[in-house]
Amino acid sequence: MKQYDIVVIGGGPAGLAAAISAKKAGVSDIMILERDATLGGILNQCIHNGFGLHTFKEELTGPEYAARFIEQAKEMEIPYKLGAMVLSVSPEKVITYMNKEEGLVQISAKAIILAMGCRERPRGALNIPGFRPAGIYSAGTAQRLMNIEGYSVGKEVVILGSGDIGLIMARRMTLEGANVKVVAELMPYSGGLKRNIVQCLNDFNIPLKLSHTVVGIDGEKRITGVTIAEVDANRQPIPGTEVHYDCDTLLLSCGLIPENELTREIGVEMNRVTSGPNVDDKLQTGVEGVFACGNVLHVHDLVDHVSAEAALAGENAAAYVLSGTTSEKTHKITLKAENGVRYTVPQTIDVENMRDSVTVRFRVADIYHDRSIAVYYGDKKVMSRKKRVLAPGEMEQVQLKKDSFKDYPDITEITIRTEEA
Amino acid sequence: METRNLTCIGCPMGCALTVTMDGENITVAGNTCPVGEKYAKKEVTNPTRVVTSSVRVNGADIARVSVKTASDIPKNKIFDCMAEIMKIEVNAPVSIGDVIIENCAGTGVSVVATKNVPSAT
Repeated sequence: MKQYDIVVIGGGPAGLAAAISAKKAGVSDIMILERDATLGGILNQCIHNGFGLHTFKEELTGPEYAARFIEQAKEMEIPYKLGAMVLSVSPEKVITYMNKEEGLVQISAKAIILAMGCRERPRGALNIPGFRPAGIYSAGTAQRLMNIEGYSVGKEVVILGSGDIGLIMARRMTLEGANVKVVAELMPYSGGLKRNIVQCLNDFNIPLKLSHTVVGIDGEKRITGVTIAEVDANRQPIPGTEVHYDCDTLLLSCGLIPENELTREIGVEMNRVTSGPNVDDKLQTGVEGVFACGNVLHVHDLVDHVSAEAALAGENAAAYVLSGTTSEKTHKITLKAENGVRYTVPQTIDVENMRDSVTVRFRVADIYHDRSIAVYYGDKKVMSRKKRVLAPGEMEQVQLKKDSFKDYPDITEITIRTEEA
Repeated sequence: METRNLTCIGCPMGCALTVTMDGENITVAGNTCPVGEKYAKKEVTNPTRVVTSSVRVNGADIARVSVKTASDIPKNKIFDCMAEIMKIEVNAPVSIGDVIIENCAGTGVSVVATKNVPSAT
């Protein structure tokens, strides 16, 4: 069985950035396994611009952003396999994949970087009543069909969910000549970025109906229409508010779910809020030598943050391979999210062995105005930052410096919470 | 005198802006920082957008190559630009930055490829 130092599962933005930084950190024996026909992952179909403002200080389209990393990986001669579908990963770090050329193959790795990304919540998970005709797509499927495979998806369109992909597709389909009639959002606020609401909906006078959902789908072979109703505070449809829309297409943009079947198989501890594995400050999962980064760890809104996170995972995986083990002496602190903070990544910090600082990323539970983000070491408040607005759709972060723990040698818990300012 | 309501895209705050135009005189209300005023003035005098789309590519493994206007164009030219983009077909290979349409819809701005598309394998 062939053994590699590092195997990266997934050749999207996270996998590429992780592999590049692992190689820069001194490990050359790397293999990226990608199931699609090209590297770059979801960026290949995200042809709109707005990527890379943090990483490259310019506004790129998805394929351009991906190309910067693909070119770098190729220049650094990092090996990769395309059309390679990973079927299983064992706790002993044996990876089983298959592709057309080699058939079924088993390889082993000293370290594994999980970078499988996420997938869209499908209709089946949404409990929408009605027929199951053709013409109902997740927004990302429609995006791929249009932007890569060259199909016209539909002409009369209703979109359920105001996540960024749904908003981007509202504009995309409008530009291609479709009539996007309405975007319905179950929540009282949009999960998408402000900029996308303005430039994808307002620019084209597409109405956004908050606190609305689809309660019926018509059409037996092809969808012919949907019924949309307002929902109450408990997200239950309000009788009498139903409005019918004729349409030939329904797009669903109702959330993304980290794709962690392989992760679960390894047996690492999972997080119920992120649907990703729990990790420490090195982005290492509960199984030594298995790291995770990007949307498989928690869903991001900016690829720039994915690249930064993945680079850290790559560096740490390389350090693990070069040193042979993780340090014996540890002082693990658990991060606790409460009062409006839904989760944190990482979930633990090993103060003994951490870098000079660690970036803790998290999301809030609701839209909050004029609140502070407070950090407690034990029961002592050590940081408080006032925010005029916090929204679930915008990931937040705080930096914790190694120095800051000097005065707190015995703490076992860090709490991150929102507080009235 | 004309009034327009806008949402600022400068940050997640998304301030609700009210812009009053009285001839040359433009006043912005509702903004909580200078970014909002600058954004609102540009939006009511010279709104521009980068247009991104895709065109058919022949002789490749994928059907479309993604494209964009090389810089922002006037907002009211978006659909004129799209009409030209939708008529175009190109042949692989295509490289990022290749000019697909020069001076698209009279804007003086070119449409360029944003994806490397090699010839079919």
